[in-house]
Amino acid sequence: MIKIDRLFVSIAGAVSLLGAGFLLGQTDIRTDVTSHGGKPALAVIDFRGSGASQSFMAAFNSTLFGDLQSSALFDMRPKSVFPLNNPQRPEDLRPTDGNQGLALPDWAGAPVNASHLVFGYTAEVNGELVLYGNVYDTRHADPGAAKLMYSRYAGTLNEAGAVHLAHQFADDIIKQFGGTGSLLGSRIYFVSDRGSTGGDIWVMDWDGNNQTQLTNQKAITTMPAISPDGSRLAFTSYASGTPKIVMLDTVTKRTVPFYNQEASLNSNVTFTPDGKSIYYSSTAAGGPAQIYFANLNGQGFRRVSHRDAIEVEPKINPQNPSLMLFVSGPGGQQIYQMTTDGVGVEKVTNGEGEASNPSWNQDGKSFLFSWTRGYAKGDWNVFLMDAGTRQYVQLTHSEGKNENPVWAPDGKHLVFASTRSGRSQIYSMLADGSDVKQLTTRGTNKSPVWGVK
Amino acid sequence: MRMSLLRYSKFQALSFVLLLTIFASGCSKKTPIAPPPPAAPVAGPSAPEAVGRPGRPVISEFIAEPSSVERDQSAILRWTVTGSSGVSIDHGVGTVAANGTHRLPPASVTTTYTLTATGPGGDATANATLTVTAPAPPPGPVERVSDGRTLESRVESELKDALFDYDSNNIRADARAALSTDAEALKRIFADFPRAIIIVEGHCDERGSAEYNLGLGDRRASAARDFLSQLGITSDRLKTVSYGKERPNCTEASEACWQQNRRAHFSVGQ
Repeated sequence: MIKIDRLFVSIAGAVSLLGAGFLLGQTDIRTDVTSHGGKPALAVIDFRGSGASQSFMAAFNSTLFGDLQSSALFDMRPKSVFPLNNPQRPEDLRPTDGNQGLALPDWAGAPVNASHLVFGYTAEVNGELVLYGNVYDTRHADPGAAKLMYSRYAGTLNEAGAVHLAHQFADDIIKQFGGTGSLLGSRIYFVSDRGSTGGDIWVMDWDGNNQTQLTNQKAITTMPAISPDGSRLAFTSYASGTPKIVMLDTVTKRTVPFYNQEASLNSNVTFTPDGKSIYYSSTAAGGPAQIYFANLNGQGFRRVSHRDAIEVEPKINPQNPSLMLFVSGPGGQQIYQMTTDGVGVEKVTNGEGEASNPSWNQDGKSFLFSWTRGYAKGDWNVFLMDAGTRQYVQLTHSEGKNENPVWAPDGKHLVFASTRSGRSQIYSMLADGSDVKQLTTRGTNKSPVWGVK
Repeated sequence: MRMSLLRYSKFQALSFVLLLTIFASGCSKKTPIAPPPPAAPVAGPSAPEAVGRPGRPVISEFIAEPSSVERDQSAILRWTVTGSSGVSIDHGVGTVAANGTHRLPPASVTTTYTLTATGPGGDATANATLTVTAPAPPPGPVERVSDGRTLESRVESELKDALFDYDSNNIRADARAALSTDAEALKRIFADFPRAIIIVEGHCDERGSAEYNLGLGDRRASAARDFLSQLGITSDRLKTVSYGKERPNCTEASEACWQQNRRAHFSVGQ
């Protein structure tokens, strides 16, 4: 949250001071998110393992480093400048080591310049993989005063177990440094055609691991939405011939009853911030698709607005549940806002190009969206807009089509679909456009949403 | 009677006198025979026997409700008997109370049930018939072939796509011409395939968002259906579905290809 607020101070400053100088503005933002200033500088020593655990340590070390780096909380110091000796246990530390590495000042000074040292090891204990992890403040020469964290974790003795321990340890370090909304345990739901021509909903860990097929509709299946607590997944299925809403329990992986209005089209579900109801788009009134409210089971529906234009993608403000963004015309698709009573309709995007896929940040102040501004029709890029000032920054730059950006629970990462490598694939990145990671490779993958579990 | 008359000859004279008396008294009447029995009560489909005779039970009602069912449906028997010491119904129903109903098992053939009421002065019986009719036949399968051509091939060869401008559901001049031809073709097709349902599919090119295109495809399908409706094609034979940009006809990134995808297309419904 703090980081995002600062991001916006920076956006506002850059836009107002530099006018059209957008590239420079983006440089400022990126610098702000990833600069050294004020951030803990972490030296993360490669952990070693005793006995059978050593073969899993490469995966462990890359996961630990990657998680800490992805948090955008730390200045990750390069391993190439580390001293010769690396402590593994607190007992290895001594007051001075002549810059050889077994004393904390060896890490605090140049060339490492770390504020904190992350070290430890793993061992096989009774058939389990046990991690002993430490975080010490290098600015204290006395190891006793320098100790910030000492944690012991146990997991299964295989690579998956090692990766899981690394995630847990990284998560605890992030929390120790005030990081909010950890990604640990969060999952990304998306549409993939790798198992079926019409596509089905798949789910994966936030880092791209454990990709599994969740639905088997044997028909076009698309536009997933995940409830705030991750317990319900709604999507659109053509299993009955026309697009209809299906509601799934993510724990049992079974569908739960949902009443679809008599309509040629029911789709585009979004959950309210309290998770107790939904908004969706339906042609039940006979004209263009309009936004409706309903209970989780589809009952108690009511029409929100009465406009002679297609209305899709309702998105409720997490901090002000009576305000929604949605995508509509006339005159080309743009992002609009209105109250949940259907009044106060106002175009939010400025009418340039076409705009779609709004996704509120949890703070309710900014939203991600897709926009063709500055490009040909259909050449979508991911943008971030301040809902109050309407100032925006561009996060992708015409590397293929970039669509359906959605915030991660930590409010710092986002996931989106891009054709930059050919067929559409799922990518994650930090909100400043850095740390881009491709999460899928098989088949065509699109329409991601990021759930807390 | 003849036997008794012959055997008991001393009654012969008495019988003769009685016969004469009857003849004499009936001379003026048109029908010189015994009076008909009282009319049966109208309570049931069959006239209970011997109603009103002293000492015999009275069956005032014995009916099947409904009196006619389709095969494998069930009905009930309903009866009301007075003055009886025992009531039973055949076909496995057994002994029953004087007044009551009995749910019959699902019927397979027409059955006449007989109720027998026993009384001090004799038995009374009544019949109730449950008529079983064959169920209405299911609708036949939709014919898929007429004059050697399938419905699918007719739809594919005779119905032309209506094309649209970008982000528009207006029926252009070329779409107007295509749909007018389609309306005539649809009349011929529906004449040959009276139960056919035709789907009007709405499609979009790949450039708009998937979400918006779902709504736009719906508008295109509806616009084409409404235009056909004005030309006399009843809407209940046409169903609409929007495929947005989920089922492109052409996948190249060119205007020629995008134009092919911005269409209302016809297919055969189930």
